Amino acid sequence: MPSLSYIAALNQALRDEMARDERVCIFGEDVCLGLTGITKGLAEAHGTGRVVDTPLSEQAFTSLATGAAIAGQRPVVEFQIPSLLYLVFEQIANQAHKFSLMTGGQASVPVTYLVPGSGSRSGMAGQHSDHPYSLLAHVGVKTAVPATPSDAYGLLLSAIREPDPVAVFAPTLLMGTSEEIDGDLDAVPLGSARTHREGTDVTVVAVGHLVPVALQVAADLADEASVEVIDPRTVYPVDWETLGKSISRTGRLVVIDDSNRMCGFGAEIAATAAEEFGLAVPPKRVSRPDGAVIPYALNLDHALLPDALELTEAIRAVLRR
Amino acid sequence: MRLIREFEEHCLEMAVTGTIVGGIHPYIGQEAVAVGVSAHLRKDDVITSTHRGHGHVLAKGADPKRALAELYGASTGLNRGRGGSMHAADVGLGIYGANGIVGAGAPIAVGAAWAARRQGRDQQVAVAYFGDGALSQGVVLEAFNLAALWSLPVLFVCENNGYAISLPVDRGLAGDPVRRAAGFGLTAAAVDGMDVEAVAEAAGRAVAACRAGRGPHFLECATYRFRGHHTVEHLMGINYRDEAEVASWTARDPLARQRARLAPAVADEVDAEIAALIAEAVAFAGSSPGSDPRDALDYLYAGMVPTRPGA
Repeated sequence: MPSLSYIAALNQALRDEMARDERVCIFGEDVCLGLTGITKGLAEAHGTGRVVDTPLSEQAFTSLATGAAIAGQRPVVEFQIPSLLYLVFEQIANQAHKFSLMTGGQASVPVTYLVPGSGSRSGMAGQHSDHPYSLLAHVGVKTAVPATPSDAYGLLLSAIREPDPVAVFAPTLLMGTSEEIDGDLDAVPLGSARTHREGTDVTVVAVGHLVPVALQVAADLADEASVEVIDPRTVYPVDWETLGKSISRTGRLVVIDDSNRMCGFGAEIAATAAEEFGLAVPPKRVSRPDGAVIPYALNLDHALLPDALELTEAIRAVLRR
Repeated sequence: MRLIREFEEHCLEMAVTGTIVGGIHPYIGQEAVAVGVSAHLRKDDVITSTHRGHGHVLAKGADPKRALAELYGASTGLNRGRGGSMHAADVGLGIYGANGIVGAGAPIAVGAAWAARRQGRDQQVAVAYFGDGALSQGVVLEAFNLAALWSLPVLFVCENNGYAISLPVDRGLAGDPVRRAAGFGLTAAAVDGMDVEAVAEAAGRAVAACRAGRGPHFLECATYRFRGHHTVEHLMGINYRDEAEVASWTARDPLARQRARLAPAVADEVDAEIAALIAEAVAFAGSSPGSDPRDALDYLYAGMVPTRPGA
């Protein structure tokens, strides 16, 4: 079985979509060089007319993509740093996302925002270590956080084909991973969760790089408990049907995601489960603390991130009740 | 110009009666700019507009009936009542929308121009309208840079009406707009924005140069809004402009100036034609149905998302 790396999967998705659809083009910083690895070789293959190095003008090139999309292109915009999304929140949340409704459906804005290197980069400190997918989910931008190379390929493909703006976050801690691929790669529909491990005692909902962490914890706890691990794959829209079935069956829920706690993705999953899914015991969240700013020193950085130990304790806590 | 003026006079009344909710940002006084520029635009050219957008939208060819219906919140409106004054759009006519954020349309216009070139539509231009206040928005300056860097067919039209909301331009803007634009490599000029023929002449040169592939242009139009920034100012009794200043500009009313150039019979004919158009628009908007509140989130996405209700 061939091995596929996470970065190669994203690169392949771009390569395939650019070959399939002439409208697909790429904007971003250092994209011709392929500094993040994701766009490597695409300028050589498709020319600098379609793979466009931009100056460091995130706000302008984000809205430039909006204008180009309304005019018939399918732009992919790469951001080198997740915090750049704060800079372009106006352009994404207030312009691109609202265009369809505000114009009464006259046109939509099919742009993909690609955010590689999201989450802690171990030592990159306060302004390079956020993982702000919950923010986009909150305003209603379709948002994917793929956990495996094949999902990265499939979700990016779907993002580019979607008629609305879609953000795709590639967590730093996954970008060095690989997967043995059995069969063909294919598109993964937005809003479809993936049950990675079936179980009967507790449902663990894990996002992004915390999916492999959750799977390891579930394996380690196999003698104690039967843990079901579900990756929602897109944090907006959420596959409530798959989550609801699992949570209703196990009656117990732990959510682990790398958001800040207040209004984070985990809060929404826990709230919906409490309202609708008949929890037997109160749910648990494992997240970053409220309003976390990641400090520089490595031990401090790691101290604020959700990890296997916290997840293990949370699972045991919901099982004890 | 007469159409925009009468359209807005009616809107002002309707903003008072509450038929138009949210108030409007009146364009009255600035009509020569939109009309002078639009005289050179084709249907497939793109414009991005501002919060003060009625003039740009109508001058680009939007149907006054549907424009007014939009302001009435009717389902027959340009945006099916989902956009209102600040977001009026007709994408099929290249009108990528009025915009509620100052300066936000500039990079969108640059994107439309980029796409036109990419798609081989070399003759197409994009016009970005904005005010003097937008020259203080970083994204506008970034848009200048991208357009100049890639030599895109964009005409940036700065309507300098002297005030960024209430802040006079001399307290909000360092340097000179034309020199600032020229510094980015735009071909820049200033024109009397109260004279539709002067605007048309300058815009004609700029648009032709854009179509000929001679890169982006910038046109500063010196103009004045005869009314407040927004209709709410009148209700609040806010006044920050000197009466003599207002009088000196209203004396230069672009409509009066143009009327003087026309034979009286022609001018009267135009007035009568516009009165009929407005009456038709008022009748259309007034008899148009609203939308069902259950459909309030229609058009949120082009692709499906099963949106959960709030309660």
